[in-house]
Amino acid sequence: MKKTSRRDFLKLAGATGAGLLACGAGNALANEGLQVNNEELGMLYDATKCVGCKACMSACKRVNSDYGSLSYEKAKFDEDGLWDAPSDLSGSTRTLIKLFKESEKRWSYVKYSCMHCQKPSCVSVCPVSAMTKEKISGIVDYNKNTCIGCRYCQIACPYNIPKFQWEKAVPQIVKCDLCKATNLREKGITACAETCPAGAIKFGKRKDLLEEAHQRLKDAPDKYVAHVYGEHEGGGTNHLYLASMPFNKLGLPEIKPEAPAEFSEKIQHTIYKGFIAPVALYSTLCFIAVKNMKKHKGHDDDHQKGDK
Amino acid sequence: MGHSEEYQKLEGRIFTKSFFILLSVVLLGFYFVGVRYVKGIGAVSNMSDGYPWGIWITYDVATGTAIACGGYAVAILVYIRNRMQYHPMIRSAILTSMFGYGLAGFSVMVDLGRPWNAYNFFIPSKWQANSAMFEVALCVMAYSTVLILEFLPAILTSIEKSKWERMNAIRNWLHPKIAPDKKTMEDKLEMVRLGAAWLNPRLNKVLIFFIVLGITLPTMHQSSLGSLLLIASTKLHPLWHTGFLPLLFLLNCVFIGYSIAILESIISSYSFKRPFEIEELSGLAGLIPFVTVIWLTVVIGDLSYRGQIHAALKGDFYSGWFMTEFLLVACGSLILFVKKCRRSARWLFISASMIVLGGALYRFNVYLIGFNPGQGWKYFPSFAEVMITVGIVALEILGYKVFVALFPVLPNMDLHGAHKKKGHAKKHKGAEKPLPQTEAHAH
Repeated sequence: MKKTSRRDFLKLAGATGAGLLACGAGNALANEGLQVNNEELGMLYDATKCVGCKACMSACKRVNSDYGSLSYEKAKFDEDGLWDAPSDLSGSTRTLIKLFKESEKRWSYVKYSCMHCQKPSCVSVCPVSAMTKEKISGIVDYNKNTCIGCRYCQIACPYNIPKFQWEKAVPQIVKCDLCKATNLREKGITACAETCPAGAIKFGKRKDLLEEAHQRLKDAPDKYVAHVYGEHEGGGTNHLYLASMPFNKLGLPEIKPEAPAEFSEKIQHTIYKGFIAPVALYSTLCFIAVKNMKKHKGHDDDHQKGDK
Repeated sequence: MGHSEEYQKLEGRIFTKSFFILLSVVLLGFYFVGVRYVKGIGAVSNMSDGYPWGIWITYDVATGTAIACGGYAVAILVYIRNRMQYHPMIRSAILTSMFGYGLAGFSVMVDLGRPWNAYNFFIPSKWQANSAMFEVALCVMAYSTVLILEFLPAILTSIEKSKWERMNAIRNWLHPKIAPDKKTMEDKLEMVRLGAAWLNPRLNKVLIFFIVLGITLPTMHQSSLGSLLLIASTKLHPLWHTGFLPLLFLLNCVFIGYSIAILESIISSYSFKRPFEIEELSGLAGLIPFVTVIWLTVVIGDLSYRGQIHAALKGDFYSGWFMTEFLLVACGSLILFVKKCRRSARWLFISASMIVLGGALYRFNVYLIGFNPGQGWKYFPSFAEVMITVGIVALEILGYKVFVALFPVLPNMDLHGAHKKKGHAKKHKGAEKPLPQTEAHAH
């Protein structure tokens, strides 16, 4: 008896394991493939043109402060609160200029804001669809009225873009939405790109931006690192970068061309395809359990007869 | 009607010294929960935009639910593997699972920034099937309900048999002016009793389908707890980031479940001064190595397939944590291969603790220790944050202590002693299971 049940158990464990293993292996086959849509809206930030005036930061806050729940951040030295001085992207700041200085001669500014991925991880993981990607514009948008505040988007985003308002009792996620409800609607351009006095931020369709970026690389190959950051990173982003220094030094991580969301969705989809596996598991287990139960009922009756 | 005598209530007082110690820990924890709702999560926790999930998610949800998998593991054993001799253990296992999952749900509500929007989980247009979190959330909610249903027979049985002594005592204690009329109260309590008597056999008939659901749901969400971190391919250390995360988490919760069932039984035998259930425990312990060996094999196989073995042996911070986790599980299982150790309460306790620790550390490694969002981010839980978790765990233990006194949960000792003798006598003939009684068919 013991032997059979142990064998049964191993069979069961083996079957479950094999099933899941097959899922893991199967994901290589179930490649859905990512279509890059170059008609989507985006921005090209050219770090060699940026003068670090931070006009984009103040324009962003001026325009989006009410809609995006942004506020001014005081610096430690600034007791009177004269300047807005965020030290990083935060629950009050959607975009930020930073200076990276390797030596007196070698330095670069860099602008951080949402990359508006072609296949955004945050949209893939949000359990209640509070993060969405607009079909036509490609804007990765956030809806605070749906968000439950689980912060899975923060875990998932490889660029660490979504920020949470830790200090508020009624917090929300803060991230760039290309001025979707404000400047873009009113003037057809993002506030940062509109304001930039140095022409470092170019707003437009992804295909035009890519063309422009490659043109600049071709025209001045000595000036740039020969790479458009965002062209292929994580399945491609709509926010593109050109710079004179290696991008990982500027805080832009090295990311493989496959979108992280594709990897995870493949596995999740294989396991839960059509909800067949869970239903099959449930019915199999029901069958076994009911059969076992009946066996015992038989036993019981025998016992009772014996007792009588 | 035999089955309810399979379990018994624990005799003794509820309001002991340890009750009040636990209660004060719970109250301290809940004070900080209050602070969190008034001043925001940042006021009590050290979580940051780099480490948006702290110990509330890592311990209370990811690890706590694995530790609460005793009910799942024992249910597989009893109903699927048809080992009815473990049936006496199932109620206490389900009770701990019920508290474990219920309180994991509670701490999610503390952790969520905008919990008032959680109703969106029930609105189909908001569903997002790509998200592992969505799957985990729905499954955990469903499973908590199933656990309550599975435990309901214990409550119904004790209502049926209740003489309402406590209720009457409270009534007598109240001032006569505010105390309800004795006659009406008795009538109403009688109604409750009849209701319970009506519901109990009906519930018992369909219970098996809920029990099986209670096996299916953890299979789904425990693997999805692993899937949660699949997306963090750039942040989670390659030692742990693999496509096999769902499988590893599933196996992990099964061996944690069996080990915790052993620990729980030993601890409650010890602290309630009851004899150890060595017969059942050594049988359970014999199963664990099968699961852990599969788990360890997958871990090693996957590492060598991805060419990461060198990272495991490197001797740095990450490899240290990996080796600790790995060796705890491996050594704990090694002990269980020795038959003599499987029959000693002390060795069972040691090896089960090692396996639970190792298994839990694996989950910590995946959710926190191996998680690196980039330069400049650090996380170590704050005092208040830890106290909220400790308070929740204390509430769990408190609830368990109160429930085993109020309801028939623990295996009936008299009957159990008989089991054992019978078991010994029949051992040589080598077959029949003692008292094949199940909840679902006992009338």
